[in-house]
Order: sequence, then structure tokens, then C-alpha cells
Amino acid sequence: MPVIDVKDLSKIFGKNAKKATKYLDEGLSKEEILKKTGNTVGVNRATFSVEEGEIFVIMGLSGSGKSTLVRLVNRLIEPTEGSVMIDGQDLAKMDNKSLREVRRKKLSMVFQRFALFPHRTILENAEFGLEIQNIDKEERRKKAQESLEMVGLGDYIHQFPGQLSGGMQQRVGLARALANDPEVLLMDEAFSALDPLIRKEMQDELLELQESMKKTILFITHDLDEALRIGDRIALMKDGKIVQIGTPEEILINPANDYVEKFVEDVDRSKVLTAEHIMKRPETVDIEKHGPRAALERMRKEGLSSIYVTDAKRNLKGYVTADDVSEAVKNEEDNLKNILRTDIVEVSEDTSMHEIFNVIHDATVPVAVTEDGRLKGIIVRGAVIAALSGSEVSLNGDLS
Amino acid sequence: MGIFPEIPVAEWITAATEGIQEALKPIFTFLREDFGDFIEVFAEDWLMNVPIWLFILIVAVLAFFASGKKFGLVAFTVIGLWFVANQGLWEELMNTFTLVIFASLISVIIGVPFGIWMAKSKAVENILTPVLDFMQTMPAFVYLIPAVAFFGIGMVPGVFASVIFATPPTVRFTNLGIRQVSGELVEAADSFGTTGAQKLFKVQLPMAKKTIMAGINQTVMLALSMVVIASMIGAKGLGQSVITALQRAQVGPGFVAGFGIVILAIIIDRFTQNLNTQRGDNP
Ligand SMILES: Nc1ncnc2c1ncn2[C@@H]1O[C@H](COP(=O)(O)OP(=O)(O)OP(=O)(O)O)[C@@H](O)[C@H]1O
Ligand SMILES: [Mg+2]
Repeated sequence: MPVIDVKDLSKIFGKNAKKATKYLDEGLSKEEILKKTGNTVGVNRATFSVEEGEIFVIMGLSGSGKSTLVRLVNRLIEPTEGSVMIDGQDLAKMDNKSLREVRRKKLSMVFQRFALFPHRTILENAEFGLEIQNIDKEERRKKAQESLEMVGLGDYIHQFPGQLSGGMQQRVGLARALANDPEVLLMDEAFSALDPLIRKEMQDELLELQESMKKTILFITHDLDEALRIGDRIALMKDGKIVQIGTPEEILINPANDYVEKFVEDVDRSKVLTAEHIMKRPETVDIEKHGPRAALERMRKEGLSSIYVTDAKRNLKGYVTADDVSEAVKNEEDNLKNILRTDIVEVSEDTSMHEIFNVIHDATVPVAVTEDGRLKGIIVRGAVIAALSGSEVSLNGDLS
Repeated sequence: MGIFPEIPVAEWITAATEGIQEALKPIFTFLREDFGDFIEVFAEDWLMNVPIWLFILIVAVLAFFASGKKFGLVAFTVIGLWFVANQGLWEELMNTFTLVIFASLISVIIGVPFGIWMAKSKAVENILTPVLDFMQTMPAFVYLIPAVAFFGIGMVPGVFASVIFATPPTVRFTNLGIRQVSGELVEAADSFGTTGAQKLFKVQLPMAKKTIMAGINQTVMLALSMVVIASMIGAKGLGQSVITALQRAQVGPGFVAGFGIVILAIIIDRFTQNLNTQRGDNP
């Protein structure tokens, strides 16, 4: 059972919102609806679910409805239509008391502009969620202190928010949410207010914390790089609609439409693409079966100046060049062993484009992609250049 | 004129006042007699029984701490109070002080809850705003008339008229202060599952404190400004000295009593302002 299950969720702002939903059915755009009715479509029939322990990222441009969506998930605003289930419980059907219980025990939110209470110390901020559950002072202080230490702020507990830097305040926001030990963290552009360096640091920190905490996280961002870094899955929003859901790679490699493609265009591909994405199926000869003649024949046919040599189980042995092979044919040798070269540049499937780019300069033959010594593919220089420039992303089987 | 007979508004108000007077007679009687006695005891048996030097000393020490351990306010307090005593106006000062204290306290006790109510409900805000405007623009003298009708003459009607005149700023500023708390902070509180009361006492009121205190400061000042007016219906104190001087055309004594009011005003103003600090403020 998914932890968060959102079905056909819509939010239309303004009077007579229900009426405007019929225009959604007719497929009118957000602008048309605004013109016709004066209502703003915040979220338009969003459907997705988040599994336990998953980091689910919602991304989209400003005004695409991300904040509205996340606020619907803990019912800070009431939906116009659709349902939100938390652990199988329908949020809309809850009375105030059970809603409070869900917010206290299951959902904690981290806010874009921190939303710390300026009149409370860092410790008092962190303990807020526990304080309103009337947990006794000693225990809640202990928990608040622990979660502050977890984010590296153990020494600042008696300061006030105004005395801390933005990055530190953001950590307090995170610690405040974590102190409750919720199942689900809702993070609305939690890192957007931070400058790039601190931001990256916070992303790493979140991933590190996630290793041990295994929370279910709904993370909002307008930054694709951030989404790709931390998301297990990403949902892309446009004008209130979810236009694509997928893993970071699916989004990058198969953008669902122009909108997603536009988004993807700006990404620094070297960070997200790996060897796996640009390698091609290698031509090989079998060291046991093939002699110089067979190798020469194959190279001539494929127009290669060198070829990789493996054993029957595709364990990489080395490569031979066309010159050496012709020499061996002349000398009537029947084995490739004597002319085998082993100065190979090897990478693994998840090696990033960046690293490949750095090593491919030194390689005289295509880079070998191996796993446990077995040859999985090869990478030619042209493919790296193409991928980095974003002009052509070749899939596994496309080139060979 | 002939077509439209005069609408008997005055008669209606008089009738309404008499109706109220009749209906709430036991309450008015209680306030006039028991509360009136209490005010008198407070002023004459307690305040005036404190030796003057001790009173000044206590206020000076309070001033020292209220002003953040600076000596400016202390010096002013000591000199000012000594001057009033020296002019033979100590008893009048104590009476005025009593009137201001009671009027302010009651104003705050009534005003803050109304302000909260107003902040929580748009409808209440829409109704109360014109009422507050009315209360503040109506000439203060007018309040003396129902005050006398309800409570006769003396301190109690003085307090009553002062409360009506002085309450609006506390209501307004409480409302304003709570509404000024940023929406995101209210959301943050909600997102952790606060009840309405928790949100009010743990977030909204503490954050509105500064604004509310500014309103209270205005309320106290308005109450003080009623002192002279209230003395027209027999409230004792410095105001009475002013009125007496006016009736006898004595410029000197009139101004001396006026100085006394100014001194009291400045001391109270500085006290309430200095209490107006909020946790987490950047210095
Ligand atoms: N309270 C509201 N009343 C009316 N319209 C609203 C309200 N809140 C949001 N909207 C509208 O809903 C749409 C989505 O807004 P939302 O704040 O969810 O966008 P967002 O994706 O979070 O943008 P950003 O990245 O700028 O935070 C916008 O068109 C906005 O104008
Ligand atoms: Mg937003």
C-alpha cells in the first residue's frame, strides 16, 4: 500500500469553483478557464502515489501548482475534487481531531522560507511539534536536541532564528520536522532559498539522513538538477497538471512532450548520464575460437582498425589492431595470444559522463565498459561528445 | 420640515439608557457601591498610606529595571515625583494614578479578547470596525452623561467613561497584531496539528505582543487624557485641581496641576514602552 495516494486531485481557487471543474473535463486550458470564470486552476486532476521510503520529487516552473499540491496533501487547503489517502485513510473524510492526529504523528512539513517562530529559541522551535502533543518537557527537549544534533546544530540551541544564517535556519526547519519522527516529510522548495553551495550540501545531507531514516519524502522543487540528484521518481507539473512521472533517467531520456524536453534541455547531462547510456554493443572475437584470419575478416567487414578479444564467457582479454593481425596472417600464425594488447581504459556502467570525458582522451581504442571483468559495451569518442552537447542521446541497442 | 416630522432620536437614546439602567440595576448598584468602595480603599488606604519617599524609591527601582538598567528614566521619575509632592499635589496624583490604572486594566481585559475575536472572524471585524470608529470620534464629554446616569458622580463613572474612550486602540492593535502574523507561520503551526487555542497562545499572541503593547500604551495615554474630563463628574485627582483653577481663573495652580499630569504621562508612557520588547528581536 502506498503511503501517499493521490487520485484525481484538483484545486480551483475562487468562487463557484465546482462549476469550473466541468471545463476541466472539457479540456480547457488554465488560461481559458481563468478568462471564462475568473477562477485560477491550482491543481488539475493530479494522480500519483508515493511508496514507503521513497523520495518523490514534484517539479515544475513557478505557478505550476507545486505548493498548492503539497498543501493539499496535508489539507492545509481543501481540495475542490479528488482524494488524498495517507496510509489508506481518506484525509477529506476526517474530522478536525483525526486530521490533527495525522498531522502530529504522520506528516511533517518543511517550508520554503523556513517559517521558524522568531520568538522561540532554536530548541523551542525544534520541540514545537512535540510540545503541542503535550509530551513532557524533559522528553521533548531530549528529542529536539537529538534532531538538532542530527542536522549539525547541537551548539546553537539557545540562539534565536534571527541570529542564524539562512542555511542554518533551513536545518532548524528540517530538525523541527524530524523531531516529530513523522512517517512522511513534505518539503516545499525547502532548499530553494539557499545559495548553490549550501544547497548542494543540504541535498547531500538529506540523502545521507535518508540512508538511516528511510522516511517517505515528498520533495518540491523548481530545479531539475536538484530533482535529478535526490529523486527516486520525479513528477513534472505544468499548469496544475502532472505531465510525466518517471525515474530521473526516464525523464531525461524519454521526455514525454515538448514541455518536459524544454526542461531537460538545460540540464548538465554529464552529471546524469552514465556509461550505460552511451555505450554500444561491441564487436568482439573469441580468443579460443578465432584466429588472425577470422579476426581480420571481421574487422574488414565492420571497417574497424582494432577489435576487442574475449573468451567464450565474454571475459575481456584485450584487443588486437588491424596492423598486428595482418602481420600475424602473413606469418601464418594461428593464434591471437601473441599479438594481444592489454592497455585498455576500463569503466563501469555507472561511471558518469564527466569521468569518461576525462579518460577518453588517453584512450587509443574505444573505452571498454566492463562488469566483473566481462565486456558489456564500448564507448567511442563521438558518442561522448554528442551526449554532452545534448544533440543525440543514443540508447543501448540503437547503434551497433 | 413640515413634511418630515423630526425623528425623535434623542428620545430613543434617553429611553434606551433608562431601559438599560433599569434592566441592569443590580449590576450598576454593585459597581457604584462595592467597586467604588474598592477604588477608594485602593487610593486612600493603600497608595496614600505608603510614605512618599518609599513610593518614589519603589518606582525608581522599577524604572531602573524597566529601562534596561539605565539612569535617565530613574532620574526623571525621582525628580518628577518629588516635584509633584513638593507642590502639595501628592493625594491628587494618587487618585489620578488610581483612575488610570483601573481604567487601563479594564480596557485591556475587555479589549484584548475582543481584538482576538475580531482577528479570528472577518464578520466580527466588519461589525466592530465602525463601532470602534464611533467610540473614538464621539466627543469624550458625551460619555459623561450615561456615566452619570448609570453611576452617579465620583470615581466609578470616571472609570466607566475612560474605559469606553480608551478601549478601542487595544482592540484594534490586538486584531492588527494577530492578523500581521505571517500566513506561513500560521500554516506552519497548523501543519504540526495545533488546536485553535495552541495556535493562539503559542504563536499568534506571542508574535503580536509588540503590536498589542503599542495598543495598550495608547489605551493608557487615552485613559490619562480622560482625567480632566472625568473630574467634571466628580472623579478626584489632578484633573479636579485643573478644573478648580479654571473656575477661579488661577493660571499658576492650573499649570502646576497640568505639569503633574504631564509628569505622570511621561512616566507611564516610558514604562509601558520599555516593557515592549519581544523575545528573538535582533538588538
Ligand atoms: N490562495 C490562492 N488564491 C488564488 N490563487 C492561488 C492561491 N494560491 C495559489 N494560487 C494560484 O495557483 C497557481 C499555482 O500556485 P502555486 O503557489 O501552487 O505554484 P508553485 O508551483 O508553488 O509556484 P512557485 O514555484 O512560484 O512557488 C498559481 O496560478 C497561483 O496564482
Ligand atoms: Mg511554491
